[in-house]
Amino acid sequence: MGDAIEAARLRRTYRSRTGFIRRRTTEIEAVRGVDLTVARGELFGLLGPNGAGKTTTIKLLNTLLIPTSGTARICGFDVERETREVRRRIGYVFGGDRGLYDRLSGLDNLRYFAELYGVPPRDQKRRIAELLDLVKLAGRERERVEGYSRGMRQRLHIARGLLHSPEVLFLDEPSIGVDPVAARELRRTVADLAATGTTVLLTTHYMAEADELCDRIAVIADGRIQALGTPAELRTHADGRRVVEIEAYGVPDDTVAGLQRLSGVREAAVEARGALQILTVQSDAGVDVQGEVLHALGGVRLGRVSTREPTLEDAYVAIVSGS
Amino acid sequence: MIAIGTLLHVKQLSRSGLELTISLFIPIVQATLAVYLFRSGGESHRLLDAAVGAGMMGVWSSVLFGSGGAIQSQRWQGTLEMIMLAPRRPVLVLLPITLATALTGTYALLATLLWGRLLYGIRLDFVHPAAFVAAAPVVILSLGMFGLLLAATFVLLRNANALANTLEYPVWLVSGILVPITVLPTWTTPLAAALPTTWAARALREATAGGPVWPSVGICAGISLICLALGAFALTHVERRARAAATLALA
Repeated sequence: MGDAIEAARLRRTYRSRTGFIRRRTTEIEAVRGVDLTVARGELFGLLGPNGAGKTTTIKLLNTLLIPTSGTARICGFDVERETREVRRRIGYVFGGDRGLYDRLSGLDNLRYFAELYGVPPRDQKRRIAELLDLVKLAGRERERVEGYSRGMRQRLHIARGLLHSPEVLFLDEPSIGVDPVAARELRRTVADLAATGTTVLLTTHYMAEADELCDRIAVIADGRIQALGTPAELRTHADGRRVVEIEAYGVPDDTVAGLQRLSGVREAAVEARGALQILTVQSDAGVDVQGEVLHALGGVRLGRVSTREPTLEDAYVAIVSGS
Repeated sequence: MIAIGTLLHVKQLSRSGLELTISLFIPIVQATLAVYLFRSGGESHRLLDAAVGAGMMGVWSSVLFGSGGAIQSQRWQGTLEMIMLAPRRPVLVLLPITLATALTGTYALLATLLWGRLLYGIRLDFVHPAAFVAAAPVVILSLGMFGLLLAATFVLLRNANALANTLEYPVWLVSGILVPITVLPTWTTPLAAALPTTWAARALREATAGGPVWPSVGICAGISLICLALGAFALTHVERRARAAATLALA
């Protein structure tokens, strides 16, 4: 039995035309030669910043887009020529609260998609009941989807994606906008699916999610895979580094740029958490930059300052920044 | 699959407060228009005929805007990608939606008859009531098949909404839904003969006022099946083009 997902030199260019009299065509290369294979039953993560090409890659693999060049096969079937065979074997779940019929109940949504996805009528009732239990929507299935919370909608999306027991499940940022408790349940559901043999390709922005779930991770940036390996292997991209993490309020952009120019500093990035900012400065392990960093931040209100070993997220930042 | 899909899309469309209100109250305008038109023409004995014709205008509007915009509305809801990912021919995915838009058009037909009865005292004296009840679903579902061709072609047009607006009145005029085709210029006759709306309106008029109902129903269904075949062919092309041009999703 071959791999569940195989992609070779996969490329996708978007063309858009502007102007009425003087027509101009703009081309954007979203995916620039992606090669990857995912084994059956593997839980594979695709990480990357916004616009890196994650969703385009997923849509090329799940037949929603035709590759500009290159090939992709799902369970041995070509995504461009054997579309229906591929679609029988895949499920697709994306994050956000669109993609459902809001004025229908959760149950009606599942009945409709069960018909569309070819679940035999005699199996539909049992399968829908199983999935409602799995995603913890049993008892709420007769309510209209427009009254569902975002987490409930996301769970209904997952149930919908699993109706026909797909061999390969594409999850495109499924935990986006979901509260931490619901996100934890979602991770458990995904892990259970992989444990029962479903191949999962997951894109996410959350490093902890990828670290906890994925057997292997590919980091994609600028339409190319920049690194691929197990979470432990990817962490080595941040080997030889040390991280200073500083809580701050109102760090100017030019100060961050100035930190990056300090001797021994490899990366400096700011993440906003409400009014609080988390400033992360990666440096060579042998260089203590803490004093210079704090000096450069003179005048900025600071909170806790700590030094730690690099995490997967730091490795991700190192990979993406180096791309 | 088509039956359940149609039923659920009817349910989805019927739960839109705005659309339901429009389909129940626009017929007041249409019934009034029809009644005054026929009264001023000295044809008060044909008021029921006029009410049925006005109701058919509602069905046509529902098909034109609902089916013509079916793909766009699914795209806006974010459901287009999900339904196109089904391992089915595109025609089987979209036909339930266009059938549902035709079926919800019957609300306008029923409302026109109701308003005609309540506001203008039009008596519901059908010459062939059983034939009317049998023919109405057939011609309405036929218009749903015609809707599939509209859905497949409108999606290729950049300004489909503008085209839908300009098609609404000319089609019900040319089809003789309200005024007889015989009063129109002769060049419209072949056009009228090719439109399933002409035969649908004629079948219901014959059931209302008398005449051979079933030949018109048959021609309406036949033309609609041709439209269905053309629509199915066009949709296969449209689906591939949408995958190549990345237009299935809104973003």
